[in-house]
Amino acid sequence: MEAFKKHTGIAAPLNRINVDTDQIIPKQFLKGIERTGFENYLFYDWRFLDSGAPDPEFVLNAPRYQSASILVAGANFGCGSSREHAPWALQQYGFKAIVASSFADIFRGNSFKNGLLPVTLPADIVADIIAQIEAQEGYALTIDLESQTVTRPNGTLHAFDIGEFQKQCLLNGLDEIGWTLQFEADISAYESRRGI
Amino acid sequence: MEPKTMFEKIWKDHVVRAMPNEATVLYIDTHLIHEVTTPQAFEGLRLAGRAVRHPEFTFATMDHNVPTTDRSLPIKDQIAVKQMETLAKNCEEFDITLYDIDSPEQGIVHVIGPELGITQPGKTICCGDSHTSTHGALGAFALGIGTSEVEHVLATQCLLYDKPETFEIRVDGKLPSGVTAKDIILSIIRRIGTDGGTGTVIEYTGSTISGLSIEERMTVCNMSIEAGARAGLIAPDDETYEYLANRQFSPQGQDFDKAVEIWRELPTDEGAAYDKSLHIDAQSLAPQVTWGTNPAMGADVTDVIPNPEEITTDDAKRATEGALAYMGLTPGTKITDVDIDKVFIGSCTNSRISDLRAAADIAKGRKVAETVNALVVPGSASVKRQAEAEGLDEIFRAAGFEWREAGCSMCLGMNPDILMPQQRCASTSNRNFEGRQGKGGRTHLVSPQMAAAAAIAGHFVDVREWESN
Repeated sequence: MEAFKKHTGIAAPLNRINVDTDQIIPKQFLKGIERTGFENYLFYDWRFLDSGAPDPEFVLNAPRYQSASILVAGANFGCGSSREHAPWALQQYGFKAIVASSFADIFRGNSFKNGLLPVTLPADIVADIIAQIEAQEGYALTIDLESQTVTRPNGTLHAFDIGEFQKQCLLNGLDEIGWTLQFEADISAYESRRGI
Repeated sequence: MEPKTMFEKIWKDHVVRAMPNEATVLYIDTHLIHEVTTPQAFEGLRLAGRAVRHPEFTFATMDHNVPTTDRSLPIKDQIAVKQMETLAKNCEEFDITLYDIDSPEQGIVHVIGPELGITQPGKTICCGDSHTSTHGALGAFALGIGTSEVEHVLATQCLLYDKPETFEIRVDGKLPSGVTAKDIILSIIRRIGTDGGTGTVIEYTGSTISGLSIEERMTVCNMSIEAGARAGLIAPDDETYEYLANRQFSPQGQDFDKAVEIWRELPTDEGAAYDKSLHIDAQSLAPQVTWGTNPAMGADVTDVIPNPEEITTDDAKRATEGALAYMGLTPGTKITDVDIDKVFIGSCTNSRISDLRAAADIAKGRKVAETVNALVVPGSASVKRQAEAEGLDEIFRAAGFEWREAGCSMCLGMNPDILMPQQRCASTSNRNFEGRQGKGGRTHLVSPQMAAAAAIAGHFVDVREWESN
């Protein structure tokens, strides 16, 4: 898994609540057997017109957000299906972190497993950041996982919570399967207790 | 001993390792897999040179991609074919039981798990599909997981998991006629929102819930994820044991009696505390119809389409405006005046035999409106055989419904069953997200009875009026 320590990047606003995984990556793109190649399908139905041309109305198509690497969105981001294609698509498109006032559980878990950092901040702060992004071209945020802070361009700091285990996994780019397999003796002991 | 909730009992029984500042290593008894969310997981195992720890605890089927039309014809979608072939190859390589497209046991993974007796009380169950919450109807702690976690469970038979909170939703009272399990869960989601259950396991309790059949309980637990919950649970009881007796993977004979003794210990102890609670009076419930683009955007069938101007918070107002624009609906329109083009009866929410019987009861002796195309897609090959043995297929066909082969079908439209842009569908499935059933398609979630009645009338109707006729 890709490690995440600290990242500074252009922020793009997605000022909607309940952005579901069907929007993040529509189902017609889930038929592959590979883990890569999803960047062109991210937000497909919002990003592209029926002709296949980019929809100029969709925020990520604006020239000022072309190099965005942090997405700032409304509450309950990633609700719906368990498809891990959603964080894959976001990450392959170029996002390193998603800032939102809340996340759906499965999406949040899937993001951690891929080194895409979900950052939860209070709703009023997210709304204020979105307003600032819209007002100022080139608006960049810095996210520091070690100190668990988001820094605005004016230096304002916001602390965020993250579980200690998930933090260490991300900082070290840990292979979770490898981590669990070091407890093989515990798993075997559990199985023999149960008669498995 | 301190009283415990059912969830806490199941959790405690499955902890392999729990240390401060670490995720809990939780043992997974049963792993269900399908063609869409597993190819990358098996590839990961191969790349790391890892084996499947317990192929005998893993069961595979093909459901998301499969066509529901004549299975003797070649499948046109070559990418879908490759995904199915990949699952077959992976199951062969790793020695996993597969119910493939031609198997008599094939079906939607959440329909066949209980049907085969694989789903049992007290078990931990995982599947790379969010509707795994369905299996909680039999008292299993059942989790939807992502592909990385599928790989993790394949390799270790364990999951790294943070303990969720518990949320009791108690529903008491007699369910009014024409109001179904689907209406209970849609009403709950409408009340608590699509994130009302985030971080929790919902245990559904109360006299209404214990009065539901096992299949109805599956409908309720199925949509727990639509309220954002990690899982849904219902205490097992005599109805559960009767359902499980003599199924293929249920314990048999004396072993079954022993299992029942253990299962009887599972229900939440008197006096156990939940982290959150909500109480609902069943008698206050009416048939539900969603009007928006998430399952919480719903109304009683007697209501009108809401007016965004009456919503006070900016986010919700904007979301409602966006939803109504997408759905092509005008505030103030009576729900029963909304015309439909398509009807889909199926999905892991409502495709079991009792769902098909309920829809057939409405369809019997009536005709689908000329403006409507209606599909019935059984949840499994076994449900299909049962329905045909009861003559339900004939009732549906005579009424003008199409009768199809088993699969996920138009619930998510990964196969050829999709809505065209702006087509409006009364659907017994679980998600009405933008584009869910096809780009630009407009989905209204309803019960099987309401879907069948809408097919016949060509618009939504209050099925309670039909039943009283």
